[in-house]
Amino acid sequence: MAVAEVEITRKAVERSSGGEDTKGLIFLSALVLTLLVSVVFLTTLLITVASDGVDRLSFDLLTDFPSRFNPETAGIASAFRGTLYLMGLCAVFIIPIGIAAAVYLEEYADSEKRINRIIEVNIQNLASVPSVVYGILGLAIFVRGELFGQSFSLPLNMGTGSPTLLAGALTLGLLVLPVVIIVAREAIRAVPPSIREGSLALGATQWQTVWKQVLPGSLPGIATGVILALSRAIGETAPLLLVGAAAFVRFNPEIDGAFTALPVQVLNFVGEPNQDAFGPLAAATIIVLLVILILMNSVAIFLRNRYEQKW
Amino acid sequence: MERPGAESINLDHARTPRSVGEQAIKVLLAAAAVISVLTTAGIVISLGTQAVEFFGDVGFTDYLFGTEWQPLAGGESQSFGVVPLLWSTLYLTVIAMIVAIPLGLGVAVYLSEYASQRIRKIFKPIIEVLAGIPTVVFGFFALQFFTQEFLQGFLGLDVQIFNGLSAGIVLGFLVLPTIASVSEDAMSAVPASLREGAYGLGASKRMVVTRVIFPAALSGIVAGLVLGASRAIGETVVILIAAGNSPNLSLNLTEAHQTMAAFIANTARADISAGSTAYNTIFVVGATLFVITFALNLIAIRFVRKYRQVYE
Repeated sequence: MAVAEVEITRKAVERSSGGEDTKGLIFLSALVLTLLVSVVFLTTLLITVASDGVDRLSFDLLTDFPSRFNPETAGIASAFRGTLYLMGLCAVFIIPIGIAAAVYLEEYADSEKRINRIIEVNIQNLASVPSVVYGILGLAIFVRGELFGQSFSLPLNMGTGSPTLLAGALTLGLLVLPVVIIVAREAIRAVPPSIREGSLALGATQWQTVWKQVLPGSLPGIATGVILALSRAIGETAPLLLVGAAAFVRFNPEIDGAFTALPVQVLNFVGEPNQDAFGPLAAATIIVLLVILILMNSVAIFLRNRYEQKW
Repeated sequence: MERPGAESINLDHARTPRSVGEQAIKVLLAAAAVISVLTTAGIVISLGTQAVEFFGDVGFTDYLFGTEWQPLAGGESQSFGVVPLLWSTLYLTVIAMIVAIPLGLGVAVYLSEYASQRIRKIFKPIIEVLAGIPTVVFGFFALQFFTQEFLQGFLGLDVQIFNGLSAGIVLGFLVLPTIASVSEDAMSAVPASLREGAYGLGASKRMVVTRVIFPAALSGIVAGLVLGASRAIGETVVILIAAGNSPNLSLNLTEAHQTMAAFIANTARADISAGSTAYNTIFVVGATLFVITFALNLIAIRFVRKYRQVYE
């Protein structure tokens, strides 16, 4: 309620101080202009993509394979599936690990201890490492299987030097893991201490408290974090280039074999010389990617509004 | 993590694990948290190992101060001076920041200080949408619309199809949301008492914003700028698509430029044999990029801490 009171006093004071002088109006106009420029940029971007790509949209786009020579009949079947598979594998990887790490840091870790402080700072730092650097990590470890110049072998064709879908998914997973951990921690922190204390006082162990009280209470927030992380993952291009996402893949991806994804497909279409044919194809691919992102974000918003706990 | 109310009843004895099972769960959870540390270690080791190998063939000063970057050329013309890549990276980042700083700060000041609840509810999500658009889309837009329709068509500028100007400006819009959201948080965190005090002394709104709020939120704003710059330095795909891929040690923005991140991605796309010196350049340039962004991030964290200490 204090906020509302502040609003009222501020408005009253502003009115009594005689409003804005000319300089104030110029300043305000400049501010509004910056907002307008940003909005115009976004609108132009969306309109460009939509108008370039709309003619190329069809269900065949999703079922035909890409072709370098027949852009008129080319589709994005392999990239579409690749992106969905990457998303699925990535989710399997980041959901348990991200939540476990968040639970540890919020519920178990003694923040006085050096190791826990190192983990905290490290997660902050990882969140701002350029995605292309994660790609290099994926190339070295998951694709080539090398550490300290020594080779080691990994399951499912990883570490053999040939690109695999799983290597791509793990690389994207490491890239977005900090996002999941940071958002999940906030959700866990929002569960009031009284809930935990009540549970512990009734004789529950700490894990029972976490499993039966804290996690159910923070689930909507955690789900939002996971969706945000996955939408970031499927929009990434650079790391996939490093781990060897291929150009014109004419077969459906397998977990242990060559693959491509929608952003990489866009990049390849844009790089073709014949832009009259490939430009619209690139734009149509972007529309598909954006629709997937919009759907994911709608789910996140729905979850937040429908299940959010008010304590 | 001190929780309010936690000091009243001490339940720490209840939190100590009682059984082997509880202890095992704690170890498993800790292992998940340690994966993040292992990721950093993996990055440092992978980059470091190949970089050391690279510097076995190429002198460190030849790399850091050399002005010719021709790693894939054969024989005599092969050269590993990173200065052109470093130059274009910083140059395009400066162009991006020239666009992003006024726009990002303007949007942040407007939304945090001037906009009504209703306007904020509409425009804040719009800026967030901009942040959620994949970078490859920005690249597509830079090449297809911004270079061809706007710079060449509408403005009639004599720029090449792949040029630094278009890539730099579009890069600015890409980092705008980072700057806007971090600065807005910082300005919202300035206590109301400061505003009220200034209004009470008869200051106009503009005075309050520029002389009170802005300085008070400065460390948070600087953190936002540093994070934005770090993001621009590490951005790959916009440059890869729109700026062309030739190293260019010049001020000329109408020509193609190649940044460090774009070089890494472009080289990885071409088939080069593992273990070759050209292959190792991916790692050594990656290490350079990592060191720069890591340093910038440490600076940003320091600034964020500073403003938290003051007002929370």
